[in-house]
Amino acid sequence: MNGGYSFTLSDRTLTALPSGALWWDAHRLLCVSDLHLCKSERLARRRGLMLPPYETRETLDRLGALIDRLDPAQVICLGDSFDDLDAAAAMDEADTSRLCLMQAGRDWIWIEGNHDPGPMDVGGRHLNELRQDSLIFRHIATPHGSGEISGHYHPKCSPGRGGTRPAFLIDCARVIMPAFGAFTGGLRATHPNLKALMGPNATAVLTGRRAMPMPFAAAC
Amino acid sequence: MRPLPPVFADWFASRGWSIHPHQQDMLDRAEAPALLLIAPTGGGKTLAGFLPTLAELADGTHTGLHTLYVSPLKALAADIKRNLRTPVEDMDLPIRIEDRTGDTTATQKKRQRADPPHILLTTPESLALLTSYEDAPRMFKGLQRIIVDEIHALAESKRGDQLMLALGRLQKLAPGLRRVGLSATVENPQAIADQLRCHPAPCEILHADPGPDPDIAMLQTEEAPPWAGGGAAYAIPAVLEQVRQHNTTLIFHNTRAQAEIFFHNLWLANTDDLPIGIHHGSLAREQRERVEAAMVRGDLKAIVCTGSLDLGIDWGDVDLVIQIGAPKNVKRLVQRIGRANHRYNAPSKALLVPANRFEVVECVAALEAVKAHDLDGDPKGPGPRDVLCQHILITACAGPFDADDLYTEVTTVGAFAALTRVQFDDCLTFCATGGYALRAYDKWKRLKQTDGLWHLRDPRASRNIRMNIGTIQDTDLVKVRYKGSYRPLGEIEEGFAATLTPGDTFLIGGKIVRYDGLREMTVEVTRDAAKKPKIATFMGTKFATSTQLSARILRMFQQTDYTNLPPHTAQWLDLQRGVSRMPQAGRILVESFPHDGRPHTVFYGFAGRNAMQTLGLLLTQRMEDLNLAPLGFVSTDYATMIWGLEPVTDPEPLLDPAHLRQGFETWLDGNAVMKKTFRYSATIAGLIERNLPQSRKTGRQATFSSDILYDTLVKYDPDHLMLQITREEALRGLVDFGRIEEMLTRTKGRVDHVTRDRVTPLAAPLLLEAGRVTIAGEGRERMLEEETARLMEASGLNQIEVKPSKPQWRVGW
Repeated sequence: MNGGYSFTLSDRTLTALPSGALWWDAHRLLCVSDLHLCKSERLARRRGLMLPPYETRETLDRLGALIDRLDPAQVICLGDSFDDLDAAAAMDEADTSRLCLMQAGRDWIWIEGNHDPGPMDVGGRHLNELRQDSLIFRHIATPHGSGEISGHYHPKCSPGRGGTRPAFLIDCARVIMPAFGAFTGGLRATHPNLKALMGPNATAVLTGRRAMPMPFAAAC
Repeated sequence: MRPLPPVFADWFASRGWSIHPHQQDMLDRAEAPALLLIAPTGGGKTLAGFLPTLAELADGTHTGLHTLYVSPLKALAADIKRNLRTPVEDMDLPIRIEDRTGDTTATQKKRQRADPPHILLTTPESLALLTSYEDAPRMFKGLQRIIVDEIHALAESKRGDQLMLALGRLQKLAPGLRRVGLSATVENPQAIADQLRCHPAPCEILHADPGPDPDIAMLQTEEAPPWAGGGAAYAIPAVLEQVRQHNTTLIFHNTRAQAEIFFHNLWLANTDDLPIGIHHGSLAREQRERVEAAMVRGDLKAIVCTGSLDLGIDWGDVDLVIQIGAPKNVKRLVQRIGRANHRYNAPSKALLVPANRFEVVECVAALEAVKAHDLDGDPKGPGPRDVLCQHILITACAGPFDADDLYTEVTTVGAFAALTRVQFDDCLTFCATGGYALRAYDKWKRLKQTDGLWHLRDPRASRNIRMNIGTIQDTDLVKVRYKGSYRPLGEIEEGFAATLTPGDTFLIGGKIVRYDGLREMTVEVTRDAAKKPKIATFMGTKFATSTQLSARILRMFQQTDYTNLPPHTAQWLDLQRGVSRMPQAGRILVESFPHDGRPHTVFYGFAGRNAMQTLGLLLTQRMEDLNLAPLGFVSTDYATMIWGLEPVTDPEPLLDPAHLRQGFETWLDGNAVMKKTFRYSATIAGLIERNLPQSRKTGRQATFSSDILYDTLVKYDPDHLMLQITREEALRGLVDFGRIEEMLTRTKGRVDHVTRDRVTPLAAPLLLEAGRVTIAGEGRERMLEEETARLMEASGLNQIEVKPSKPQWRVGW
């Protein structure tokens, strides 16, 4: 069967899943980044754009499917989970209860992101960052971070032919995760900000039917 | 007969002119609510349109705007301004003439709104923008006449629909407004008159003397055309000889890439250094203007060009038009021929150059059609609702409106005369709330209703709406310039730019340049002395051979002999007749044969390039379902060839109309051409912003997100208005399913299957055809996996990466 890509970071074994989520088997921990829930609501409010309001449902569908399959003990949403704080408050009732059901019986952690910097009226713990064993989960990568798992940049990659995909960027110090949300664009891995963060031997893991590793250098 | 005012009569006399009959007709019918003039190029068409205006303004009593002139090209507006000034200044008429286009300065534009000239020359987009301002009622209050120039060109596209909706609006602001359309020769003048008139008022059609028939033939060459390809390099010596013999020659091509390649080859063979220029839509404006200026001065012997010169400024001295490649469409050919010899009552001279053997047949068919005055064209469908959505938003920008009034106004427009109230309300709802099955935006509606009138919830939204006015499809283009220079050379598609690696060479503006790198979305290049470039794949427009021309070709195939064709082509068709059979209009010929160790099957559908491409997608999908393992296909205007692992033994079920229609309804939903169609309509309707700041950074990002919007709608809201519009649009354009329907109706399931042990004569050129499509889906995923694995292997990274010990964790996916 097709599957994820396993690797080690600070001596911990992690798996980049084909869907763009990260799995830490030792803790039964599932991590997703940049859900950008209620993005269409924010765009309607702020810019008068009326995009199809189904992205929250779509993102929760995907997350729900993962949770059903993996039954994680702990779920970390790595920031920018909501498109802004008002959007979190405006979430549809059906979607809110859906989220509550997913949270039941698990340790659910919201890491703050630049889009959602502050507590929201949804269940779960709200943290600025989280340390666990030798790893640290935060929204934006820091220049000297180590064992660091972050999101924010929505990296995407192309192997030259065959199309572009959201991708994990992985080296010995950090993982930058792809965006999990439905209406999220991407930043090409060739962007100087990403190049500056990643070491020369970094790997890009493309999402898709299965996780596809390729040398980061080949994507640049 | 209405006499010409004395000052005009004197002016005509002083120039030794007499008024043309159709100019007099236009003057006599100046009071008609709508008039359509059909006249050949060079027939004094524009003056015929303007004479009544000049006569009415001659006494100097009219204040404010009197006549609006709308043309499809900015350059044409500027040109007409120059031409009109001559009579106005000669006769010392008290008339102010100004133009207003995207190039007009902001100060000038502001002043024009406060104090409009008597005659304003503009484009459909600039006019739509003018109607969006709150002061539109004041500006257009006294408007008497509107002249739509080159209406045949506008009428074919959504720009025409947008313009006619704007006319509906103007008619309400100025009820006495009279409409005039000026058109080249078309197959169905009544259809254009129906678009122009304000329903139910009539529109009279006037015909100018069409002039003598053109002098048109196929170019005689020493060498026979090749079996495939579109370069026509074989004809270069003969073309150069013709250029030498004439004053000025226009050399038309169907695509920009072909024009670039031909121009390049022409220069390599141009030992006499004849002054020859190139002109197409991807070149920088400065560069195009330089060529136009040189042309006007008479400095150029020839211009290699594309549709960018189909319309526009009259080049006085052009005495020959050469069409390279099959004309695809008889009407456009006739209009192009008209670009030669603008002297009234002198025949235009033109030569056709088929680029390959099959095009010989098409060129002969087109020549016969021109001689028979048998023009082609597809009847236009009902008014596109994405354009209506934009019109509703434009109306809202100008101020609060009543839905009943707007509906009445819209149904005076020909294309929307049959629009039902339900359809209109769907569009209004879409503009107000997005029209989703999930009611989401009640709080953040775009349009709100207060005291019965609709208005923008947030008046600041008008800025975004105005920025997105227009229906011209913009592809993702990136600018090209020399390294260290700011002067742009032109534009190439972003998709093409993405395939370039430093050191690659390509053609632009007739020069070979080397790709150095991409800098802030600008391609930087340096000059390169190489002889052979990597060829630029400008998308350009790939026209499909028209239904009527295809039918004519099929009729020619049924002739008892091919004596009207050159011997090399006649022999080829005779051979086909002996080995297999000729395609017929009422049946689908299918040929199967092995080639290169793989079974190949050719379907002769004659439905035009786009529809044949769609047919290829639908047939391969069906073959996939039947485990025939198709590997790829290639399509031309007349046939689709599919190759795979298993032979096709019974093609009839593949061509089953019910299956094809079902494939169109369901499977095609996931296809890139549908997504492209959606993106185009969604941008016009205002669902996606054209100028979204983040999308400016990389056009690709915008493509990505509109694809996601499309997938989301298909999944969660399949009956949404935007998907209805997308399916309607897919009957034409890129998907062109309407032509597949035409093929099915014409052939009624009658299939002739011929199996041979090797390639048939008619199929042979297809083996050389470019543009092969590899079957996507399963194959693409596998390709990505293999490519990434290869890169890991090649870099050695898979060796040094710290990996967990053997028992790998996997997700059951």
